[in-house]
Amino acid sequence: MVRIVYLARLRDAFGRSTEHVELPGDIGTVGALLAWLRTRGGVWSQELASGRAVRVAVNHDLAQAATLIGSDDEVALFPPVTGG
Amino acid sequence: MAVRIQEQDFDVSSELATLRAGDTRVGAVATFTGLVREVNDAAQVSTLTLEHYPGMTEKALAQIIDDAKQRWDIYDALVIHRVGPLKPGEQIVFVAVTSAHRGESFAACQFIMDYLKTRAPLWKKEQTPEGERWVEARASDEDAAARW
Repeated sequence: MVRIVYLARLRDAFGRSTEHVELPGDIGTVGALLAWLRTRGGVWSQELASGRAVRVAVNHDLAQAATLIGSDDEVALFPPVTGG
Repeated sequence: MAVRIQEQDFDVSSELATLRAGDTRVGAVATFTGLVREVNDAAQVSTLTLEHYPGMTEKALAQIIDDAKQRWDIYDALVIHRVGPLKPGEQIVFVAVTSAHRGESFAACQFIMDYLKTRAPLWKKEQTPEGERWVEARASDEDAAARW
């Protein structure tokens, strides 16, 4: 099971802070995960639309679309950071 | 080298005393303190709420300090970032760097803040008279980090 963490504006938009999902076998990268989440439609396809700035971290390291996702990984989705 | 994410306020002078305690190589300490402003993007801000991603935020800040150590000859560095609800005038963030001479600590302190603003997982939400809004990232912050 992959643990997905939603932070800041994305948590508000999706109405959840975490979920555990069993990914289909062909979903093995960050890019594929985002495309899979977009198929949920509604706010998911809006917030994760290509062109929207969404950052992704895998196991607390910033990831790219090609970054691989393993079955016990923690994947976090968040907007561009605004601390300081 | 230390990173702290905390809800409670911090005391700058005691943090500085701890940072340089016993290290008489230190000839310079550069610091930055960030505060909550009462007006942002033409709106009155009554509360600014800071959120982080436990685990990753600490790791990202430690990495930024490591990067600074690779680039400049500095002795020690401290980053404190507060989370939770804050009021205008309150302290948000503190960066302190020690070195033998001022150039290294000035530069490293600015570098750490510029990278923190663009790389550390932290987000601000403002409470204004029109309701709550998430603060949007600024291109000028990306520009500031890119010059390093």
